[in-house]
Amino acid sequence: MEKFTISTRAQRPLSGTTRQAILGVVASGNLELLFERIGGDTVEINILTASTGYRTVWEAVIRDFVERTSPGGVRITIHDNGARPDTVMLRLMQGAKMLEMPS
Amino acid sequence: MIPKNISKAASWYESSARDRINGLLDHGSFREILGPEAGVISPHLALFDLPPAFDDGMIIGRGTMNGHPVAIAAQEGQFMGGTFAEVSGAKLVGLLRAATAAADTAQAVSTVFLLLDTGGVRLQEANAGEMAVSETVRALLEARSAGIAVIALIGGRAGAFGGGGIVTACCSHVIISEQGRISISGPEVIETNKGAEEFDSRDRALVWRVTGGRSRALLGGADSYVKGDVASFRQAAAVTRNTLPDFSLATLDAEQKRLEERLNAYGDCRDTPEIWARAGIDDPKNVSELSDDAFIALLAEKGHAHGAR
Repeated sequence: MEKFTISTRAQRPLSGTTRQAILGVVASGNLELLFERIGGDTVEINILTASTGYRTVWEAVIRDFVERTSPGGVRITIHDNGARPDTVMLRLMQGAKMLEMPS
Repeated sequence: MIPKNISKAASWYESSARDRINGLLDHGSFREILGPEAGVISPHLALFDLPPAFDDGMIIGRGTMNGHPVAIAAQEGQFMGGTFAEVSGAKLVGLLRAATAAADTAQAVSTVFLLLDTGGVRLQEANAGEMAVSETVRALLEARSAGIAVIALIGGRAGAFGGGGIVTACCSHVIISEQGRISISGPEVIETNKGAEEFDSRDRALVWRVTGGRSRALLGGADSYVKGDVASFRQAAAVTRNTLPDFSLATLDAEQKRLEERLNAYGDCRDTPEIWARAGIDDPKNVSELSDDAFIALLAEKGHAHGAR
């Protein structure tokens, strides 16, 4: 198991007013994510993953996600149980959409 | 083939624990206790190099059902097989005890719904899990003694096995779908201990024929049989709230007598079609092939009314 944090900045704060969202499940090949608004333009992603040695892949997926959705002011905490990068991307986009919905 | 009439309805079996809660209670009424942001996670899983879940696979809280305050707990069957462990068990026990403590106060709830979906105790936290099951049983019976209905809803991927089967049997009412399964020892456990001749865990039809919702409903192990969509579970949960028997010695004696008679009548049967044949059901081999509507009609005619739970 490996634990690390990836911090970056987004172009804009994420729109919408929902404060928090939880999605996904810690099942094989899946992951759960907790999205929390923290304000500002930083994006903080805390990752706990069952698969060791994939940090560069996580960084690439998150760079792509931040470019696409600009989720400024959001902290994302992830419990991963071996999800593939495409599943991770899908869940990140899903979580951002949930926060963008009116609360 | 997926039947046309349910293809667009949310399936209980396919839904996550959180989706089941939201589909069961009044829209937007659920208030979670110890939600994911509280960070109350298993202290043991990291020792085994396993990732935890924010809610430890047990979501608890309060909400309303047709405007009436209720308490609710839902297990996530996909996380660690929907297990009883230290944190998940403490959350469930706490919810039941809080419901009992709140009886006859402004915070009272009429019902606790248990959306169980579990293979039993979590092996990595076995001692804490076994304790959790026994404490859950005690807390559940105390809630029933305080006049609170405790209703199990079974229809998830993991079924209700091990401690989950015991907890289910202690409830005041059990609602089940065809996909739901209730038992103590799981098929793999029986096969490991007694061999495939005793119970072939890979024979899916056999597993569902014996432990599945239809046989449980026909034999009185479950009280309400519903179609597998979330709306049907909600409908059954709403009507059973006020129709429960007394939790008294007379009720338990009657149930004990019913179970003895059942064992005498069917104890030597090797498979469910033999039971259905003795029970006078036409075409006993076909029970698992019937449509839900046809089965519900058969159940109304031939089912063992429980009445004693």
